[in-house]
Amino acid sequence: MPPLPPTDSPKRLAIAVAFAGFRAAWRSVLAYVVIGTYVGIGALTHDFGFGLWWAVASTALVWAGPAQVILVSALGAGAAPVETALAVGVSSARLLPMVISLLPLIRRPKTPFRALILPAHLTAVTMWIEALRLLPQVPREARIPFANGVGLGFMSAAQVGTLVGYYLATSLPPLLTAGLLFLTPISFLISTTRNCRLVSDWLALVLGLVLGPLMAAWQIGLDLLWTGIVAGSLAYGIHRLREAFR
Amino acid sequence: MSELHAYTLLVLVGFLPSEIWRVLGLVTARGIADESELFMWVRAVAIAVLAGVIAKIILFPPGTLASVPLVIRLCAIVGGFAAFVIVRRSVLAGVVAGEVVLTVGALAQGI
Repeated sequence: MPPLPPTDSPKRLAIAVAFAGFRAAWRSVLAYVVIGTYVGIGALTHDFGFGLWWAVASTALVWAGPAQVILVSALGAGAAPVETALAVGVSSARLLPMVISLLPLIRRPKTPFRALILPAHLTAVTMWIEALRLLPQVPREARIPFANGVGLGFMSAAQVGTLVGYYLATSLPPLLTAGLLFLTPISFLISTTRNCRLVSDWLALVLGLVLGPLMAAWQIGLDLLWTGIVAGSLAYGIHRLREAFR
Repeated sequence: MSELHAYTLLVLVGFLPSEIWRVLGLVTARGIADESELFMWVRAVAIAVLAGVIAKIILFPPGTLASVPLVIRLCAIVGGFAAFVIVRRSVLAGVVAGEVVLTVGALAQGI
């Protein structure tokens, strides 16, 4: 992060830091991945007959790609709202450990609860990955506005994608949409690998990759949450054992 | 679907079921310090969940990605990862290489 401009106003400093976060998001490859992903989501929203502003509101409020895909395709196909809500809730469960592992990094002892509401809402995979990578270089008192800036940067990229996809919906060739859908797994895999530092991080990644599809194939309910708990605990346990024997 | 009905559904069926996890995280995170053991465990859980999401998208892909054969999807992931490792851990190089492998493979299959 670039050196902060000298200023005596804490409010102005917070805005400057938030801008630094915003720029950091747009300098990340993930901003363009987000645009590509949301072009697909914008097109899908159009195809299922929702309005443009509904699509924009959905990106701002739900702010989770897979959940939005489920929401649009299920509601558009006439699924029951309760069923749809359950499916959306299951797909968004990954946000829980992300919020829990982000907030301790940005909080200070006297931080009021309300100051954490916006960073919690802005938490999504992209924001979480880049925040975890960049926050250690940011002074602790500047971390909340920085994280908000990163989140808003990615959300603005998502809105650009939503608008473009909504307008281009009918003219996107299948090969292009397949490529857009592939952006999520390839970029998430590489960015997560880049973030791995501890032995437990590496083990969690590898075990999760193996266990995720197995849990899904066995048709266990809440398969992703179980993948996280089992693979994550194993990874953490092995890491602790290694430390103990050293 | 009327306009108002669509927005009501957005809030009740889209926003609330996602946001509840963030609020739950907000409440749970209160007692956890960074660098604590609990924090490290939650971090491992979050990484494993994400890894599960990635593997599921590759093996059980949504939409038009399903029309690309599994072998090509796996080659694209391996190729992208290899490019990331070779080109000084560049995320951009990895993503571009993966997409190129996927596109060329799909074109060769006549998709």
